[in-house]
Amino acid sequence: MTQETILRTPLYELHRELGAKMVPFAGYDMPVQYPAGVMAEHIHTRTKAGLFDVSHMGQVRLSGPGVEAALEKLVPGDIQALAPGKVRYTMFTNEQGGVLDDLMVSKTGHDLFLVVNAACKEQDIAHLRAGLGDGIKIDVLEDRALLALQGPEAADVMARHAPDAAAMGFMSWAAIKVAGFDCFVTRSGYTGEDGYEISVHEADSVALAKLLLAEPDVAPIGLGARDSLRLEAGLCLYGSDLDPTTSPIEAGLTWTISKRRRAEGGFAGAATVQKHLAEGAPRLRVGIKPVDKAPARAHTDVLDASGRKIGEITSGGFGPTLGGPLAMGYVEAAFAAPGTEVSLLVRGTPRQAHVVAMPFVPHRYAIPGRTS
Amino acid sequence: MSKTYFTSEHEWIKVEGDIGTVGITDHAQGALGDVVFVELPEVGKAVTKGGDAAVVESVKAASDVFSPVTGAVTAANEAIVDQPALINESPEDAAWFFKVRLSNPGELDGLMDRAAYDAFVAGQQ
Repeated sequence: MTQETILRTPLYELHRELGAKMVPFAGYDMPVQYPAGVMAEHIHTRTKAGLFDVSHMGQVRLSGPGVEAALEKLVPGDIQALAPGKVRYTMFTNEQGGVLDDLMVSKTGHDLFLVVNAACKEQDIAHLRAGLGDGIKIDVLEDRALLALQGPEAADVMARHAPDAAAMGFMSWAAIKVAGFDCFVTRSGYTGEDGYEISVHEADSVALAKLLLAEPDVAPIGLGARDSLRLEAGLCLYGSDLDPTTSPIEAGLTWTISKRRRAEGGFAGAATVQKHLAEGAPRLRVGIKPVDKAPARAHTDVLDASGRKIGEITSGGFGPTLGGPLAMGYVEAAFAAPGTEVSLLVRGTPRQAHVVAMPFVPHRYAIPGRTS
Repeated sequence: MSKTYFTSEHEWIKVEGDIGTVGITDHAQGALGDVVFVELPEVGKAVTKGGDAAVVESVKAASDVFSPVTGAVTAANEAIVDQPALINESPEDAAWFFKVRLSNPGELDGLMDRAAYDAFVAGQQ
């Protein structure tokens, strides 16, 4: 993507009206923060509800006979076991068992509905075209926006505009009306909070966003707080915490691979994934909590007590809800147990830190089958 | 008598005699956003004009603060270490970063006054 062809989402003008600071991200001009600022936006999402424009992400529909088995050649997730109306988190793997992108897959009825990362979507679509076979139809839904409504008040807000959304369990999908607009809704998100992602036609997206923003509990939230929220929730950012050299097992995503798929393989890179499952991965993604107040950013070296490099931070910063610095990164497997003392080389100075269990802030997802 | 100068890197230095008090401008704190951490030079440390002197971090990123002049650090403002948000609230007054004894006051000649700095910031928008 060249700089002169920066893209805009359907909500671009609304972001400007709301006073957003816009930055280039994955080829799009996106709001990094609004006038409230990253700290206030983060706290608002954890205490009320935040509205995020994630229309830069790719939305793809796959259809055709045997679509589930076809997609399983490209991902380790159990797509054949996915019931209609359910959502699964999985990843495209390469022949080395590395991660090409992470994605959400919804079973809509007979079709699959995918949401992929903005920076990877061209590559993902080419990968799907090459890998799914002739019988599978790939529709890139370029005329749809994607909004995320996240936070403890998200369910009550949605219930006022979409009564059908209240009964949805975590990681479920439904085609329902939201404020009268036809939408594809999932109960999912990227903040660790309860909430929804709403796929809406671009022509309706500004009106829907304005209706939701008119709710007293809802504020617009930029990419800055999106990043600090997902980091506190221990969720991976593709390109930082996941990449083509990292296996899902190293990334701590073993839970996304069912017993059947672990045993049968049948996806790109299965040999490496099965080897990591059987013998243990050589390195693992862990949470890391600095002892003092200095944040450790991505690419900071992680050292053992003797000063030997044992890993690297892949995401790091400050957690507004945690009230201090936090990071995640990869360390040699022997150092991955929570409580392990490590040091972080911040601007040349080793600083004490501990390996900790994630999430840093407890998840508060909707309990399946419970309405609120 | 004191006089305040500004750099193109958005630091200010208020000079009284041979002591300069250094901080970051209101424009700089606005661009950074919520400050969550600051690292200051130790008293006695030698700093050079344009060289790294302090670090200021927002939720998203770390930024270097450069010394506007060459000299030795005589004081560091521990209040902003304890309370980094003070940098957002009072960047050009209470949230000074460090004081430096100037070894070459002639270096001030290359810096901007308030009017020139305001015009510089307006030109960057």
